[in-house]
Amino acid sequence: MRSLQDLAKLADELDTDLHEAVLAADSEATGVSPDEIFDIISSRLKDMRRSAEEARRNTNPCRLVRETGSLIREYSDKGGMCGGFLLRASAIALEVASYNASMGRIVAAPTAGSCGILPGMLFSWEEFYGKDVADKDRTLTEALIVAGAVGEIIANRATLAGAEGGCQAECGAAAAMGSSALVYLRGGSCDAVSNAVALTLKSVLGLVCDPVGGLVESPCIKRNGLLVAVGALAADMALAGVTSLIPADEVIDAMGQIGRSIPPSLRETSRGGLAVTPTARALLKEAGKIKS
Amino acid sequence: MPLWDIIGPVMIGPSSSHTAGAVRIGRIVRLCWGSDVKNANIYMRGSFATTGEGHGTDKAILAGLLGYAPDDPEVRDGREFALRSGMNFNFYEEDLEGAHPNSVRIELWDDGGRRMDATAASLGGGVVSLQELDGFEVDVSCLLPVIIIMNRDVHGVVGAVTTYLSSHGINIATMKLHRDSRGGLATMVLELDGREPAVTPEEIKHVHQAIVRVISIPGVAL
Repeated sequence: MRSLQDLAKLADELDTDLHEAVLAADSEATGVSPDEIFDIISSRLKDMRRSAEEARRNTNPCRLVRETGSLIREYSDKGGMCGGFLLRASAIALEVASYNASMGRIVAAPTAGSCGILPGMLFSWEEFYGKDVADKDRTLTEALIVAGAVGEIIANRATLAGAEGGCQAECGAAAAMGSSALVYLRGGSCDAVSNAVALTLKSVLGLVCDPVGGLVESPCIKRNGLLVAVGALAADMALAGVTSLIPADEVIDAMGQIGRSIPPSLRETSRGGLAVTPTARALLKEAGKIKS
Repeated sequence: MPLWDIIGPVMIGPSSSHTAGAVRIGRIVRLCWGSDVKNANIYMRGSFATTGEGHGTDKAILAGLLGYAPDDPEVRDGREFALRSGMNFNFYEEDLEGAHPNSVRIELWDDGGRRMDATAASLGGGVVSLQELDGFEVDVSCLLPVIIIMNRDVHGVVGAVTTYLSSHGINIATMKLHRDSRGGLATMVLELDGREPAVTPEEIKHVHQAIVRVISIPGVAL
C-alpha cells in the first residue's frame, strides 16, 4: 500500500468496507489470505488488551519517570476538564508506555516507544462508546486493520523509526493511526479517515526524538499520554467535516522530508534537546549506571 | 512491511532494537551454535554498550542465547536464567572503528574445544542482521530460513548445492558468495523460501567433498 488515495480508490472499486480493502491489498502483497491476516491482527488485539490490563496492575517502576496513569484515573474520577473519554485514553496510554519501559510485554504498534497510544484510544472508545456494539473484538480488529494500513503507508512513504524521522515518526504516526481507527469506529468515510490522518500528522511535524539517557521514558511516556488527545480531536474534526488543505499522502511525504532534515543529535541519539538539559544530566548521574 | 509487523511484533519492552532485536540476535547465534550455550563472551558495541543496560540488552541477549523468543516474559530475568542454566558469561565493551552503531560480537566455546565467533547488528523495529560468522561475511536477517555453507574454494560446489536443493523442491530466495582467497575458504549464504528446509545440514555436507561445515537456521519471525 503506497497511498491513502489508492486505498480509498480500491475500497470504492471493490465496493467494500475500508478494512476489507486493506486486507485485499495486503493479501495481494504478501500472499497470505485475508482471513489469515484478519486472524493475526485479531490476536494482536488480544495481546494489546492483555498489555493494557497487565499495565494497569504493573508495580515495576521505571528508571526515571514516576507514577502517571493511576494519577489520571483518580483525577478523572473527580471530574477533569478534558472529559472521561480523553482522560481514560491518556491513562491507558501512560500505563502501557510505562509498562513497556519496565520490560512489560506489549504490542509495538507501530513501535515500542509509541505502544501506549493505540490501546489508549481503542480501549477508551470501547469503554465510552462501544457499549452497544455487538461484536466488539471484531469491530476493534477492523479498526486496528485500518490503523495498520495508515502505519504501512507511513512506513512506505516516510519512516516509522525515531532514529530516521524523530518522534513524529513514532508517537506522531501512532496518533495518526489511532485517529484513523476512531474515525472508522464512528462510521466515518474514507475521506474523513484521510483528513484525520492529515490533521494529526500536521500537528506533530518536526517532533524530535531526544530521550533522556537513551531510555524509552522521558519524554516518551508522557508523550504517549498526550498525543492520544491530538489524534482523538483530529478524528472529531474530520468527522465534523473539517478537511485538511494538504492531502494526507502529501503530509506524510512532508513528514519524511522533515525527518531527514532533523539533525542526528535529535534522532534517538540522546545528544541534543531534552537529553542534554542540566536536569537530565543530573538525573543520569544520580541513576548511576546509565551512561549518557 | 506487512500489516502484522506494523501492528507488532509482540515483545518485551522497552526497545524494539535494543530489547526485542537483542533477543533475536541471541537466538540466532544459539541456532548457529546448534546446542546449549555453556560459555559466552559478549562484546557490546556502540549504543548497545552505552544504553544497553537501561534497555535490558544484556538480559535480552542472554535470554536469546537460552532460546527464548522476544515476547517471552522470562526475557526480563535473562541473567538469572542464564546463571541458573550454568552458563558462564562475561560482558565487555568493544570500540571498533566502522562497527554498526547497535551491534554485538559473541564468542562461544565448549569444553571440547569447539569455538564460534558471531557478530550481529540490530537494524531497528526488531529486525537484525547476522553480519559475520567466524570471520566470514554473512549479512542475513534470518527472517527466512538460511543455510550457510563453508567450503574449500574448488570448482563445482555451488552447482552441486543448488542442484541438490532444487531436486528437493527448495527455492533459493537470495544467494551470496564470499571467499578469503582463490582456492582458500569460501562461504555460501542461501536464503530459502518457505518454512524450515526439508534437508539436514548433514545431508548437504555430503553433496560435495569440499564442504567443511553447514549451518541451517530456521526463519526467526519478528
